[in-house]
Amino acid sequence: MSTNGATKLIEVTDLQMHFPLRQGIILQKQVGAVRAVDGISFDVFEGETLGLVGESGCGKSTTARLLTRLLEPTSGMIVYKGNDIAHSSRAELKPLRRDMQMIFQDPYSSLNPRKTVGSIIGEPFIIHRLERDDDKRKKLVQELMDRVGLNPEHYNRFPHEFSGGQRQRIGVARAIALKPKLVVADEPVSALDVSIQAQIINLLSELQRELGLTILFIAHDLSVVRHVCDRVAVMYLGKIVELAEADQLFDHPRHPYTGALLSAVPVPDPVLARAKQRQVLGGDVPSPTNPPAACRFHTRCPKARDGVCNVDEPLLEPKEGGNIAACHYPLTGDEIAKRVPTAAV
Amino acid sequence: MALLEVTDLKVHFKTDDGIVQAVDGVSYTVDRGQALGIVGESGSGKSVSSLTVMGLTRFAGNAEISGSIVFDGQDLLSASDEEMRRLRGNEVAMIFQDPLSSLHPFYKIGDQLVEAVQAHRDVSKAQALDRAVEMLGLVGIPEPRRRVDSYPHEFSGGMRQRVMIAMALINDPKLLIADEPTTALDVTVQAQILDLIQRLQRELDTAIVMITHDLGVVAEVADDIGVMYAGRIVEYADKESIFAMPEHPYTWGLLKSIPRLDSPRGEELVPIPGRPPSLINKPAGCSFHPRCPYVRDAHKRIDPQLAPAAEAGNGGAHKHEVACLLPGQSRRALWAALRSGGTPDQALARVDVPDTVVDKDAVGEVLAPAGTEVAEGVVATAQPEPPTEEGAS
Amino acid sequence: MIPFIIRRLLWMVVLLLVISFLTFVIFYTLPAADPATLRAGRQPSPELLATINHTLGLDRPWYIQYLKYLERLVFHFDFGYSFQNNISVKSQIFDRLPATLALATGGALVWLLVGIPVGIISAIKRGTWMDRVAMGSALVAISAPVYWLGLVSLYLFSKDLGKLPLFEGQGAYPNSGNIFTDPGHVIPALFMPWCVLAASFAAVYARFLRGNLLETMSEDYIRTARAKGLRERTVVFKHGVRSAITPIVTILGLDLGILLGGAILTETVFNIPGVGRLAFDAIQKSDLPTVQGTVLMGAFFIIFLNLIVDIVYAFLDPRVRY
Repeated sequence: MSTNGATKLIEVTDLQMHFPLRQGIILQKQVGAVRAVDGISFDVFEGETLGLVGESGCGKSTTARLLTRLLEPTSGMIVYKGNDIAHSSRAELKPLRRDMQMIFQDPYSSLNPRKTVGSIIGEPFIIHRLERDDDKRKKLVQELMDRVGLNPEHYNRFPHEFSGGQRQRIGVARAIALKPKLVVADEPVSALDVSIQAQIINLLSELQRELGLTILFIAHDLSVVRHVCDRVAVMYLGKIVELAEADQLFDHPRHPYTGALLSAVPVPDPVLARAKQRQVLGGDVPSPTNPPAACRFHTRCPKARDGVCNVDEPLLEPKEGGNIAACHYPLTGDEIAKRVPTAAV
Repeated sequence: MALLEVTDLKVHFKTDDGIVQAVDGVSYTVDRGQALGIVGESGSGKSVSSLTVMGLTRFAGNAEISGSIVFDGQDLLSASDEEMRRLRGNEVAMIFQDPLSSLHPFYKIGDQLVEAVQAHRDVSKAQALDRAVEMLGLVGIPEPRRRVDSYPHEFSGGMRQRVMIAMALINDPKLLIADEPTTALDVTVQAQILDLIQRLQRELDTAIVMITHDLGVVAEVADDIGVMYAGRIVEYADKESIFAMPEHPYTWGLLKSIPRLDSPRGEELVPIPGRPPSLINKPAGCSFHPRCPYVRDAHKRIDPQLAPAAEAGNGGAHKHEVACLLPGQSRRALWAALRSGGTPDQALARVDVPDTVVDKDAVGEVLAPAGTEVAEGVVATAQPEPPTEEGAS
Repeated sequence: MIPFIIRRLLWMVVLLLVISFLTFVIFYTLPAADPATLRAGRQPSPELLATINHTLGLDRPWYIQYLKYLERLVFHFDFGYSFQNNISVKSQIFDRLPATLALATGGALVWLLVGIPVGIISAIKRGTWMDRVAMGSALVAISAPVYWLGLVSLYLFSKDLGKLPLFEGQGAYPNSGNIFTDPGHVIPALFMPWCVLAASFAAVYARFLRGNLLETMSEDYIRTARAKGLRERTVVFKHGVRSAITPIVTILGLDLGILLGGAILTETVFNIPGVGRLAFDAIQKSDLPTVQGTVLMGAFFIIFLNLIVDIVYAFLDPRVRY
């Protein structure tokens, strides 16, 4: 889906989230910080599915929590409907919570085991005082259950009586109960069996079409992201390193980290597997308390050049093919073809 | 002679809710230096069968094990506990999914590695430590001499898994069983670990059993693949055949329901409907039938056995077995329709799947009643008995 | 870790101050017997009462009294003098401390020596008759109040009154001397009290360790240990028990801390001159300085042992870092 002419739902500018590290005997002084999100800017357009990918510690989950204001950012702006909500108070945020909902990763721990399914899905109505009448609310909840593929007769059952996939459906039902504008799905299918993942992915797509949802889809599984998302942002150590339409990103990734990610994904095709010269990225992700200078990726990048990559921080700029990437030496067509046999270059 | 030969292995657990038929008649072989991939989801029995090879199921107390496991000529099921203990970590080793919880948090990794050596070799602590350092270097841990004094929580996830691999291979086992070794890791780390496993397999000539739910992983690592469902192997073949010409509807379902980097972006995912079955009350007949789009009446009554899938043009070079009652011809036609982008409904519309004809080899010991016509390669099933009571449904 | 310890020690001082203040306030706001009257004897005359009040400093406002108390405590380590008998509180407490220490530490040793093996065996042989007998007895031991258990054991086993005279009875604790100066008399006298005191603790520890060990044995690293081919005994003890026993250190510290403040019930039943008895008598006689002294001493032990436990835990569990 092209973003030309689409309206922006959320505009994020220079968002930062630093978790302080303190030390001291009586007075705890801040000695450093975990720079989980270190200055990212992007837009979320209405109706699109924006994917946010990266590995552990890249800051994608923190970004999700910042957008829904479960966390207050250290600095930066989050503009929603013309207002900067980055530092809004709880009272100011409450009406916005109807518009922004979250689906969580672990279907086993994100549902209160002591509440029935009916009361879990019905809670949003109570919190926002939308349907006080118990019977009417029950009807609404049962409609929702049916919509997500659950049996409405299980209204009074408890989470432990459902399977993982069904529990995730409960989470989805709760998230869409108030017809939000934005749904942030934080790894919604990672904890599910392979044959169930497709069910949930299809469900989310259907609901998006039906309700006109905007979805921020956070995942580490690139195959899933490619399937579900219109645009994708790749994060590394708290920064966005590449942002592009899904076709562009997967057909010709420009940032070497994106290339490494795609190269690493094992493809269920033995022929392709043999043909691929996989680029194995050495070493570990550096600590977010002490990220490398300038380009964060330069310590592991096969294309890094001393004097450039460790001195000048690259800006997010358009590269060949339409991708926006932060890199001094983006991948060439040849490099992509060798390492990512699934790319169309 | 194969290094590991598992024949008709059954592992049933007696629980308060009933008997859990975790593994229900599984057979496979692994040759020296070869890699077998076992693919399945949770509840397929893939882990339990390997834990039984290691003798770890004996500790459960409520397990009934039958069948045969022969490793390097030795019968493992009748071996004593002490004999099994001497094999574990020595001739057969295993690595698990979560390397953080799989290493003892209170002991340094050097101590844990030394322990692994001294359990099977009569060497001094210093010698064992040298071996530990050597292995850590082999698996790519930088500064191994210094890092033996570190604790597990001081390593990253990928490093921890390397430590587990070092610990498993430290006594040069002939067989390494890897149970979802990369599932908990980031994708670039996963690539590093898979690379490492393959490299070590080549260098040390270790046979590998790779258990995973990820078809991509087995496409890279395995030579042969067994697809497990509800405690049985439902399809078993060399890697190329499984991906090019899969024969079981569950395998088709898996291949069609996973998003892949190499398929067109817009192509819809076709999930397998329903959920994996209860292992206490398995469905009658074919255990996959409640979820199979191509199910016929006979499939609800007859339990298919693993039988050769006769293929035109294969010439018997590679073994390809499948446990499915659909006639081979129908299967191949259905897959042809599916692989070109069709959904199961579309495939059914295009292919004629006869109602009362099943694959003879898959039927096994269930015989057609006397008087039934037996055509070549297929057998006609008896008509289901008419209901004896009026209005019975 | 050093900054952590220093912080905790500073907090300890703050806490002790707060506790001494609260004790003072409680004493003055809650109705209790008037110490002057208790001390004066029968039918005191108003002049006598006034004199006693003045001597004890009770005629001044309570906050002045508190400040004076603090001044003596901090600068002279002087806990004041008992309202009852004018003996220095400090000397009374320190005289009786060895008995309490002996009782508490001895009891702790007994309950560890009994509770830990029982807990381990119950876990290993879970479900067998051994397990059921052990856990059943544990339930009885926990349910039996310590004074009841004490009286029953005196009734049965004490040398002076018991049915099966096996152990020293109620009067056996020597009037002078303690476990360091006179072990020959003190240890036999403490034997039954140790067992009685230890009974419910041993039971709790056994149950706790059993549960913990069962949980630990289902951890992934136990599976790894077995997969490495280690002997089962090594797996259970070196891998299992080693993990399961660390929380015991925490509760041991807390229990000891509380007991060192005085095991009142046991000391009463067996007539052991410990700090607990002292505190109890002092409360009954509204003897504020003694009450204050024993409360502060008890609080000190609890806070201090909490700190020790946290430090020891850091050595036992390398993941814990201060």
